[in-house]
Amino acid sequence: MGDEKGVKIGLECHAQLLTKSKLFCGCSSDYRNAKPNTHVCPVCLGLPGALPVINMQALRYAIKVAIALQCEIQHKTLFYRKNYFYPDLPRGFQISQYDYPIGLNGKVSIEVGDGECGERIIRIKRVHLEEDPGKLIYPGTISTSKYVLVDYNRSGIPLVEIVTEPDLRTPREARIFLAKIRSILEYLGVFNGDLEGAMRVDANISLGGGERVEIKNISSLKGVERALSYEITRQRNMMRRGMKITQETRFYDEERGVTVAMRTKEFEQDYRYFPEPDLVEIRIDDSLIASLKAEIPEMPDEKMRRFISQYSLGSEHARALTEDIHIADFYEAVASEIDPQMSATWIADVLKGELNYRDMSMREAMKRISPNDMVRILRYLKAGEIAERAAVEVIREMLDHGGSPDEIIKRRGLARMSMEELKIAVSEVIHENNAAVADLKSGRKEALNFLVGQVMKKTGGRADPKEARKLLEERLL
Amino acid sequence: MLSAVDMSERVRSGENCEEILHEIYERIRSSELNCYITLNDKALDEAVQIDRREGGKSGCGKLLGVPVAVKDCISTRGIRTTCASRILNDYVPPFDATVVAALREEGAIIVGKTNMDEFCMGSTTETSYFGPTLNPHDTSRVPGGSSGGSAAAIAAGETIIALGSDTGGSIRCPAAFCGVVGLKPTYGLVSRYGLIAYANSLEQIGPMASSVRDVALLLDVISLKDRRDSTQVKLPPSDARTNFNADSVLGMSGDDAISSLKGLRIGVPAEFVHGISKDVERAFWSAIHALEDEGASYEEMHMDTMKYALAAYYIIAMSEASSNLARYDGLRYGLRLNRDDDWHTTFSRIRGEGFGEEVKRRIILGTFALSAGYYGRYYLKALKVRTLVKREFESAFRKYDVLATPTMPMTPFRLGERIKDPLSLYLVDVNTVPINLAGVPAISIPCALSPLPVGMQLIASHFEEEKLLKVALACENLMNAHFL
Repeated sequence: MGDEKGVKIGLECHAQLLTKSKLFCGCSSDYRNAKPNTHVCPVCLGLPGALPVINMQALRYAIKVAIALQCEIQHKTLFYRKNYFYPDLPRGFQISQYDYPIGLNGKVSIEVGDGECGERIIRIKRVHLEEDPGKLIYPGTISTSKYVLVDYNRSGIPLVEIVTEPDLRTPREARIFLAKIRSILEYLGVFNGDLEGAMRVDANISLGGGERVEIKNISSLKGVERALSYEITRQRNMMRRGMKITQETRFYDEERGVTVAMRTKEFEQDYRYFPEPDLVEIRIDDSLIASLKAEIPEMPDEKMRRFISQYSLGSEHARALTEDIHIADFYEAVASEIDPQMSATWIADVLKGELNYRDMSMREAMKRISPNDMVRILRYLKAGEIAERAAVEVIREMLDHGGSPDEIIKRRGLARMSMEELKIAVSEVIHENNAAVADLKSGRKEALNFLVGQVMKKTGGRADPKEARKLLEERLL
Repeated sequence: MLSAVDMSERVRSGENCEEILHEIYERIRSSELNCYITLNDKALDEAVQIDRREGGKSGCGKLLGVPVAVKDCISTRGIRTTCASRILNDYVPPFDATVVAALREEGAIIVGKTNMDEFCMGSTTETSYFGPTLNPHDTSRVPGGSSGGSAAAIAAGETIIALGSDTGGSIRCPAAFCGVVGLKPTYGLVSRYGLIAYANSLEQIGPMASSVRDVALLLDVISLKDRRDSTQVKLPPSDARTNFNADSVLGMSGDDAISSLKGLRIGVPAEFVHGISKDVERAFWSAIHALEDEGASYEEMHMDTMKYALAAYYIIAMSEASSNLARYDGLRYGLRLNRDDDWHTTFSRIRGEGFGEEVKRRIILGTFALSAGYYGRYYLKALKVRTLVKREFESAFRKYDVLATPTMPMTPFRLGERIKDPLSLYLVDVNTVPINLAGVPAISIPCALSPLPVGMQLIASHFEEEKLLKVALACENLMNAHFL
């Protein structure tokens, strides 16, 4: 979808922070794959009398996020209770922040078109810390299940919430923005976007200065684009029919790709925020901010600029290589061993393409292919020991099944043929294709292509087509 | 009745505690007072273990072998903890409150869980789901509340010492009505971990006993430093295990305490003596004059913000309560009715049937006070009043060592006399709630026992428990002479 005149989109993005323990208790936050309700204690179950204690690591991570998003770090920060009833919320309130968040007034730049002119600045309204509720499990499907199970393992996992101003103009921009946020959080080492449900998004959208509609329950980059596109179409159609858009909250049904009405303005929750009396005000002093600032690594935009100058890359390649910290690190490890430009092509174009095709993250892929493997493949390629097609084959097989480049090349016979072998194959082709040979000799050049093809076929693709052509020309012309 | 100080010393030196515990249980069994909701069925075994030094029980412990009653809003592992509410009728905590762990650590024996106003909401112990506790001095009268069970149990010899909790007077009011000593510590002195919250920013667990020394000893034990309570202030020295050491109070003789009254400056805020009953007035002023006779000086003074304190207190307490009590939905623990419907219907029904009238009233009022459009008008304004009250106390303590007031404006009234009129009931807290708003420590000690008990409230500045207890010790010695 292109630019939407008068479309305003704001996002509230919740990302789980990778701390060892939960936000207010000592329970392990490594809850995925654990039996339900095994990572719980009186605090995260909200038992009467249990008190929360802030996890300072989570606070430091959230401050880092706020710094990376260029927020003004607040020297005084407070937790508030957000009161509402829901079975996944064991205390009947969520400990969150309201007034006095950790960071205010930040900004993020995103690249929405080609080249430098496509840069857009998205203002960040606030960055704050809050706890994740538990998880509802519907046996069967949400609409057919007769009961709901609650797993409190997730209850109390630290979330950083990033709220934008309504600066996004299209669903596509929203997706690009979220990808950028994900990239920044992963650069900081505080987030793992591969984990299921690690990032959840609510979106606010208004068309042509109309009423604001909130969409909840978006959980993927694709989801945000689809949900918003659906919503724009829905609102357009309503307006076309002369119907009024009213302020409401809608729920995104990921499976069906549609938004469904949840509640209207009159039934909006009144969360009755008030300061959490069991926690004290936290002072964030300049020395803490300075030491956290010092820990912030090179961020995506800086890395991109460095790649362009250090490795003489084009901006497209540099951007593709720096979006994901794991790809960037992989690239630098490879580029330190072998031609950086060649590395860039093979990683940004080939490897990334193969990853996209498989919907596989670099983090996942690194369990199967190391920078050393990549260096080996590229060395063989450069030395002419394997053909380009063979190199792609090796990468594919490694991503799908693992293994080592040498073993795969050997087992699948991907090594380029020796000249002796090639000469034999060329001789055989000449003998077996008298008609084509005659055609060629009588001046029909296209017969040469046919013969090269026959050599390739005979050698199972292992021959270098250029070499084959040269030999055929020598023998026949 | 034996004091905790004496009893623990005797048990440490080899005397048995089982017999005393037996006597206490005998008294409880034959009692009509209804001090306890749940008794600790392992208490006698624990006493035997202590006497035989078995089961890891060593021969030390500051409260070795001493029977302690614990208010039922304080979590006890393995012992039902109901908060005197139907909604927690079957709730058995899987963990000990920090103060309870401290009691066990020091060799105390938990007698049982004492009756109280439901979720501490009341000043008479009449709102308990388990029926009211009666005042041992006159069983037609209320024992005060909300820690009424703890105070009555001490006065009736159904325990030696007890824990209470004080949100707006819940230790001091029943102490005054039952003629015992009760201390509300400085906010942040004692860990609240395991205290089932009514109004987190106001309440503290505190000691109750029949003497000032026992109160000091119990405070020493429960003021354990605790990382699990972020609002607890960790007082220096940072390596000390507790926030309060009772040694200097315990080591002070009554005569020394009395002679240290010389030069003591006492402030008597007029707002706290205005409109009090005749009995209270007489007992209070005679106590003040007794202090004066020993060289203390007193001055009547004014505290202008006090007239707003009661309203501010109730807004803050109810607001916090409305949020604290949201967790009781019957889903994970607590009351279950055998009629499961959809979630909203089920939890609404459980809350409808599980909470008593007064609890519901406060949840509704607190919810209202925090609602959009009213938050600024009520809650924020109450917080501003709280700041002013705190400042006024701070400035008073620049001039006076302690403040003295009657704890309650009246002597214990009859059961049922005020319970139907919530507003008149809220008004009886007028002298105790400002202390919780300010967060300062206050103690109630008896200044008359007949015809009905009257309590005098002494108030000190933040973390001046030691000074407060020493003055209280002096008063106690003077009063004992008067009572005799």
